[in-house]
Amino acid sequence: MDPCTKSAMSSPASTPGGRKRGRNTNPPTPSSEDPTSPPSQRRRGQDSSTGDLMPMPTSPATDILSPAAPQDTSLLSSPRPSVPPNEVDMSSPLMYGTPSSRIEGTPRSGVRGTPARQRPDLGSVRKAPQVDLHSEPPSTDGAVASESNAGQRLVIWGTDVNVGTCKEKFQRFLQRFVDPTSTEDENAGLDLNEPLYMQKLEEISVVGDPVMNVNCRHVQSFDADLYRQLICYPQEVIPTFDMAVNELFFERFPDSFLEYQIQVRPYNALKTKSMRSLNPEDIDQLITISGMVIRTSQLIPEMQEAFFQCQVCAYSTRVEVDRGRIAEPAVCRHCNTTHSLALIHNRSVFSDKQMIKIQESPEDMPAGQTPHTTIVYAHNDLVDKVQPGDRVNITGIYRAVPMRVNPRQSNVKSVYKTHIDAIHFRKTDEKRLHGLDEEAEQKLFTEDRVQTLKELAAKPDVYERLSSALAPSIYEHEDIKKGILLQLFGGTRKDFSQTGRGNFRAEVNILLCGDPGTSKSQLLQYVYNLVPRGQYTSGKGSSAVGLTAYVMKDPETRQLVLQTGALVLSDNGICCIDEFDKMSDNTRSVLHEVMEQQTLSIAKAGIICQLNARTAVLAAANPVESQWNPKKTTIENIQLPHTLLSRFDLIFLMLDPQDEAYDRRLAHHLVSLYYQTEEQMEEEFLDMAVLKDYIAYARTYISPRLSEEASQALIEAYVDMRKIGSGRGMVSAYPRQLESLIRLAEAHAKVRFSEKVETIDVEEAKRLHREALKQSATDPRTGFVDISILTTGMSATARKRKEEVAQALKKLIQAKGKTPAMKYQQLLDDLRGQSETAITKELFDEALRALADEDYLTVTGKTVRLLA
Amino acid sequence: MYNMSKAASQSNPNSGWEARAVEFFKDRLKEKDAHTLVPSLNDIPMHYLKPNSLVKFRCFIQDMFDPEFYMGVYETVDPATQAKTLRCGKYKDVTECGVDFNSKNTVTAERQTFYCVPIPGENPWVKERYANSSQARVVPSTSYVPSRQKRSYEEDDDMDDMDTQPQKQREAHAGPQSPTEHHGNGDCKRQETEAPSSQTTSASHLDLNFPLPGEKGPSCLVKVYEDWDSFKLNDMLEVYGILSVSPALSALADEKDASSSLLDPTECMETAEEQRVHCPPASLVPRLHMLYAKQLQHNNPLLPSAATSEDNSAFLASTLSEMPSVREELLAYLTHVLLGDALAAEYLILHLISNVYVRRDVLPLGKFTLNMSGCPTVASYTERLYQIIQQLVPSSHYLGMSLQNMNQMRLVPKKDYVANRLVSGALQLAKNTSLYLDETQLEQGQLDTTGVRNVTALGNLISWQKVDYDFNYHQMEFPCNINVLIASEGRSLLPSDCQIHLQTQVAPSHLEEYLSTMHMLSQASSQLNKFRIYLSVARLLDYSISDEVTKSVEDDFVDMRKDDPQSISAEDLHRMLVVARLLSLSQGQTSLSRDSWLRAKHIEALRRSRMEQHKCVNGNEP
Repeated sequence: MDPCTKSAMSSPASTPGGRKRGRNTNPPTPSSEDPTSPPSQRRRGQDSSTGDLMPMPTSPATDILSPAAPQDTSLLSSPRPSVPPNEVDMSSPLMYGTPSSRIEGTPRSGVRGTPARQRPDLGSVRKAPQVDLHSEPPSTDGAVASESNAGQRLVIWGTDVNVGTCKEKFQRFLQRFVDPTSTEDENAGLDLNEPLYMQKLEEISVVGDPVMNVNCRHVQSFDADLYRQLICYPQEVIPTFDMAVNELFFERFPDSFLEYQIQVRPYNALKTKSMRSLNPEDIDQLITISGMVIRTSQLIPEMQEAFFQCQVCAYSTRVEVDRGRIAEPAVCRHCNTTHSLALIHNRSVFSDKQMIKIQESPEDMPAGQTPHTTIVYAHNDLVDKVQPGDRVNITGIYRAVPMRVNPRQSNVKSVYKTHIDAIHFRKTDEKRLHGLDEEAEQKLFTEDRVQTLKELAAKPDVYERLSSALAPSIYEHEDIKKGILLQLFGGTRKDFSQTGRGNFRAEVNILLCGDPGTSKSQLLQYVYNLVPRGQYTSGKGSSAVGLTAYVMKDPETRQLVLQTGALVLSDNGICCIDEFDKMSDNTRSVLHEVMEQQTLSIAKAGIICQLNARTAVLAAANPVESQWNPKKTTIENIQLPHTLLSRFDLIFLMLDPQDEAYDRRLAHHLVSLYYQTEEQMEEEFLDMAVLKDYIAYARTYISPRLSEEASQALIEAYVDMRKIGSGRGMVSAYPRQLESLIRLAEAHAKVRFSEKVETIDVEEAKRLHREALKQSATDPRTGFVDISILTTGMSATARKRKEEVAQALKKLIQAKGKTPAMKYQQLLDDLRGQSETAITKELFDEALRALADEDYLTVTGKTVRLLA
Repeated sequence: MYNMSKAASQSNPNSGWEARAVEFFKDRLKEKDAHTLVPSLNDIPMHYLKPNSLVKFRCFIQDMFDPEFYMGVYETVDPATQAKTLRCGKYKDVTECGVDFNSKNTVTAERQTFYCVPIPGENPWVKERYANSSQARVVPSTSYVPSRQKRSYEEDDDMDDMDTQPQKQREAHAGPQSPTEHHGNGDCKRQETEAPSSQTTSASHLDLNFPLPGEKGPSCLVKVYEDWDSFKLNDMLEVYGILSVSPALSALADEKDASSSLLDPTECMETAEEQRVHCPPASLVPRLHMLYAKQLQHNNPLLPSAATSEDNSAFLASTLSEMPSVREELLAYLTHVLLGDALAAEYLILHLISNVYVRRDVLPLGKFTLNMSGCPTVASYTERLYQIIQQLVPSSHYLGMSLQNMNQMRLVPKKDYVANRLVSGALQLAKNTSLYLDETQLEQGQLDTTGVRNVTALGNLISWQKVDYDFNYHQMEFPCNINVLIASEGRSLLPSDCQIHLQTQVAPSHLEEYLSTMHMLSQASSQLNKFRIYLSVARLLDYSISDEVTKSVEDDFVDMRKDDPQSISAEDLHRMLVVARLLSLSQGQTSLSRDSWLRAKHIEALRRSRMEQHKCVNGNEP
């Protein structure tokens, strides 16, 4: 049977639809299909088998155009979107006939029995001349269309893809590819030493979801040439992959039933390209780019095939949509009436389509430019997979379409429209709301970069170097910078949720307090600019809602949308809060949960949820009396509740040291700031970019664990801390302080790129912690470091004094004998007269309260009554 | 010249011709005054310009659109003869007829589109001056008939008159002129430039997206063919390029509305808003195909543009010597304006020449935001003060901080994803623009969410010289360099680098009278020009501090701290260094001298003592 007539039978013309249909036809491959027969025979056999698949009434061939091209279509069933536009096209009966008719007579009912699904993602736009199919002798190179129907090596026109070889290679890949080191989450539960994709096939047979995601990296490592072909000619190669995988699948699982044939979805092509680097060379190639979804359209039904019916004789015909146009048949083939055919919408075939706009992620953008956007089309089941705001990696084919030619207009705009036909979406922040997303965020470091970073880490003074590179414009405050550096690295995340103890906080919280004008804000700004997920808010301007999350009604969809605030946005980053003291109590109360549990609970407008807010807090507070009063404790100076203060690992005071040598150095520093050139400054300090990368690398790849010695050292340190106070009958350290120490030690180990926390880390943690305590928890009355200032808001001496006064008051009252009621003022005066030390009104009030707590007396207005 | 451009854009693609063509234009424009021959879109209404001719445009990059792919080279088929011809699509919007889309010779190339508007806040004197210096011979275009609004017969007559004579008028005014004449000319010029904008109002659905309200002038889609990464948002440019106003562009847009686009997947996707923004009718927003562009360091027409650096340094040297004397005059003038307060005038000069010259990590150095408190509220003094500043600086903007303004104005640019563009805000300004905040307009009341956001944005602008543009899903930080001057009664609620309390030497009863005489001075044009040059030049000077002076500054600081640690903090030293720098520059000195340092210390001390004094007078000041 001549292929030409056959193809004419199936449809009035060779069709791009043959592409789709082709996948049913189980095309010839030397390896799997019919290894014994010579190519020419195979051809014929194939023809007949395809012929069997044409049960629909077909009209005689009226318009066979090129004899060579159409024949190959049905034969090779490779994507052939190339059709002269005026050709009339008919749908494939394979796809729209009843299943029984399709299965009929086919020996391998598995593949054939399952309908192929269209892949508009591959071919919704076709460029005619590129994808014609020609056969050619194996030796000749170049795309010469020859009549030889005995060609042994066929390549798709315009490419160097040989369908048979390509299929074979891919099947080999599927059967043999093993990746024992795979860490991808979707491979969880698979045996890494077995061929990965065969396991996936098995999964498909069980689950019945006919989608096979293939990591291009795997293809690349397995067969670089195949990978190159996949990247360069995705439109041709992916259908070949489809065929290969379906054959393999139905060979393995002949009895399994799938709704559709399996579709291959490659992802992770090339190095993820940024949107900015896309250029005309990428057109029609497979690319993966990352970005953020900013807009999705409504679902658009796109006509795939138009159904026409003759108004005179009711003869019907189908026309495939080609490049957005339908060639309406002018003459009814059955009754030869002209212009009698009418489009029947209900019987036409549509596919789902959605337009998605993505914008490049802020990190990829050069400074001072606006972000680029790209249009992406999602087809069929990829529709509605992403929402605005999602960060995604999209793999797809980059397309450029010329503006429509309008016959009525002589000249057209010379601009192409570009878009990406999505084949695969991968959300990068999918697990934001539940679980860790370190992997998803992993930044790609080049070998060189990693090498530089490691060299830097090996230097003995890396800690000092990094801390001095931090905000070089701010003078001195070495310990504060070190503290912030450790905060940037953070501790190791520990998950005890399986044992029911929940997560332990790994983030280090720091509070800076001090005189106004000591560049606290500047430090905060610097940190905010340094970290990728930093947020900067001012306590004055932010409400509880702005910090946490709020529910908003989307004006378009009328849906309730949860909008996240600064704390949630800085998940895995640092939230810088300036003017912490000016924050309203209401707002501050939110921080209690965030700063210890690292979550945020929301119950609002019917939405009840708990969001992760694993953020480190860097706060700055000014003293209440504009100047720091050295005679008062930290609490008294900044008037913050001690419950909140105890949640800060480090509290630093930024004070004016007021000493001559310091002044001189400061002056020198400032003056040089004003006249040194940019280059001079850069020589002195580490580049901000290096610092950024260093931190990102350490945060991603280093998770130090405590060594035996380090644990011992920590225990000792903690015991020592408790001992300090015990001599004076007070507690000077709480478990929270121990946790802080552990975090700081871990962070310090991270700075060294060390997987183990060692004694030196503990030493530094201890030193820094002590340093911070010395500054913030010194009792101004005694000069001792007293942790209870932070934990209870009162120093131990103050508490002792309170008790003494209460006792004295009790004695006084007892001495007065049986008087049920006393005047308040009278009592105060009496007590003052009796005591050697000055009794303030507050002290007296506190004493009264203490006695009231003992149920010894009650205070009503200005009278004090004894009880019992 | 126009014809050359036409020739270039149509020549067939030979190797390297593109680079050569651009070189050719660059060379020609370098020739003395050649650039003044090119007609400017800024001051010549569009219907006077020939399509496909070379024009220039002094503009500001307001938005950057996505790059577009176009047919760099394509083949056309003559329907009659089937003859194929290769054609070039560069510098053009529309192809010739009969494009063969299947041709193998098609070369796809990439270009970038910038949305450019005239420099926001550019003052009238700048516009006038630029227009006057232009020697372009403009003849009404015969090939392009503008789609005019209906005009009365006389008006048309009027226009015709000007059509034939604009050049003559210009030449007549080239020499020295009396202020009245000058004014008259300005008026008719304005009338001309307003011609296109009256069309704008008729097509009110089209928002040209100017950063400041009430701005006029053409906006332009500039197509950039090379090196587009070197341009940044908010850059000031002088673009030389080929004007394209092909009506086919608008026709294409209309076509789309008319024909059902159901089946074309590429066209039904874009929203109507997006269409409107990205393909506005060419008669309103012309396309400009850039041959080359010059980044403008300043937009002061009295200074040579920075392109030729040798000329520039010679010019700087010549003005340097007379700077002290000009400074004296300016000081006297401003003292007069500031009601006899010489110290405030001194600080105002420092403010006017301040400039962010470098950024140390997050810290912008050189900014000098001045809060002028104690402004009289009578006789709209603050507005008059602005008018005077407007006369002195090339671009400025007056922002009355009334409650209503704060609650309603859009200060921060915001990305509109529906129309896919950056909706501009009043803080999207070119560098060295003077932003005048009038806080005397503020009354008691409540700021709503927008208001709080706006005040925060102003605070950020002042403290860090940056504006966080709102991209809905995230914010993006754009550094800026805007001189902010706050006029207020008491201390401003916004932060500032320096506060000076105005001490009026004029009795309140005489204020009205005083102000009415004050305005007369500002018309003395040659003196004003001296001031304008002075202010711009002072900003361009380099500056250094010698080791010796560094040492003495350090000693001074240590000594001051020794006497009274409270008297001077690190922040004060920061400010004193800036004051010293600006003081030196204002005298035309490029390095800090001991004298200047002492003088800086002195005026700072004066200012502080005045603040103390003021604090004592009304104790409620913080």
